Amino acid sequence: MVVTCEQVWREVSNFLEGEIDSGMRAAIAEHLRGCKHCTAVVDGTRNVIQVYGDERLFDVPLRYSQRLHRRLEAEMPRRRGTALGWMVAFAGAAILVLAFEVGNSSAFSPTELRSAHAQPVRRPIPAKLAVVVTAGAKVFHLPGCDVIHNKGTERTLTAEEAEREGYVPCVRCLRKYVSIAMRNGVRRMGNLRSAEQMQQAQDVDHKLSMSFMDEDAELGEQRIRYSKLRDREARQSDLAQAEQAASEL
Amino acid sequence: MSSMPSSSAPLENPAERLAEERLIQRIRDGEHELFYELIRPYERRVYAAAFAILRNESEAEDVAQEAMLKAFKNLRQFRSEARFSTWLIQITVNEARMRKRRELVRKTEPIAEAAGEEGNYTPREFADWREIPSEALERKEVRAALIKALASLGEIYREVFLLRDVEQLSIEETARTLGISTASVKTRLLRARLMLRDLLSPGLTGNWSSMAFARGSKPW
Repeated sequence: MVVTCEQVWREVSNFLEGEIDSGMRAAIAEHLRGCKHCTAVVDGTRNVIQVYGDERLFDVPLRYSQRLHRRLEAEMPRRRGTALGWMVAFAGAAILVLAFEVGNSSAFSPTELRSAHAQPVRRPIPAKLAVVVTAGAKVFHLPGCDVIHNKGTERTLTAEEAEREGYVPCVRCLRKYVSIAMRNGVRRMGNLRSAEQMQQAQDVDHKLSMSFMDEDAELGEQRIRYSKLRDREARQSDLAQAEQAASEL
Repeated sequence: MSSMPSSSAPLENPAERLAEERLIQRIRDGEHELFYELIRPYERRVYAAAFAILRNESEAEDVAQEAMLKAFKNLRQFRSEARFSTWLIQITVNEARMRKRRELVRKTEPIAEAAGEEGNYTPREFADWREIPSEALERKEVRAALIKALASLGEIYREVFLLRDVEQLSIEETARTLGISTASVKTRLLRARLMLRDLLSPGLTGNWSSMAFARGSKPW
């Protein structure tokens, strides 16, 4: 079979894709051996197919992929939960509902504020707490307080009596007292509604404060003893130096 | 412009196709985040298809996003006997064509489009074809010349060439996507290939920017 150039051009695609019968294929191959023009056409067409099939041909805009993912993310529905996920979500919802109900219940007090300074005003000083007052001052102290003036006129009475007489708590004692009371759990007082519970808490608090006072008193005595000891040593040292000086003379 | 290190070759490996089918099933079952993994190899191809039809970067990107989103929303309709890549490209081409119609982008079509597609195309350039080496694609001006040559073709040729030779769909898939007969695909494809060969022949002398089509004229 002999083919013309026009026939070759019509069959270029089929020839290159192998969709051609063997007779035509052989005829074209024979034609190409003697025709430079048709060889250029076939080679060129093959090359066109090859270069346009290369994935590097098309550049994509900068950050195209990121923008695409962002768009998809924005429009994708949230992932459907697994059975475990649903259980967790249900448990969370149940806790929330329960917490809401409990919060509204009269059996519980309002949520305690986080800061100690933000707590509502309470009676931090038990009525039966032993305190010390002195003449010419308007404050009452815990025994052993460092800022007691006119120590010679000290008088001991209960906090309730001191307040009735117009004395106010010493700020330094109060801070010390509150910090100890807080540390030992007296904060619970704010959450105790009944008079009985309040009284129990106050009794506990009183015992704590008494132990604090005992500790404080003991510390005070130790301080005094140490001070006296130091004075005595100083005096002995002075005496020894004087004796040494006298003997040298 | 950036390059993406992904392969655009369709999945011919049965194991890869099976893995892709499983991935699709998991996405259908609710693991939506796996969709990114599914489309990653085809992101460039989707953009290329949209760009070849619309010839505009921002519109092509917009259409690519729409097509991906549509694919995600309609993933349940995808039938596994077809290749996912083919289905994705079909969605993209439809989206791009709709966009073109909707926005009434009516540019002056090249002379070749006006010519009847039944007539035979006669090559104009017979100089010895010096092969465009694969390495030449690393050069930006070569890529630009190739894209410009493709963009200068009439729409009916450009679409067929895009689907068959760029996206590597089969003749039947190309025909289905474009809604034309396989005979028309073959006729248009032949003309598109020969026209591109004629367009690119002058560039093979090494001066890609001085080619006739780059200045607005065509060899036919």
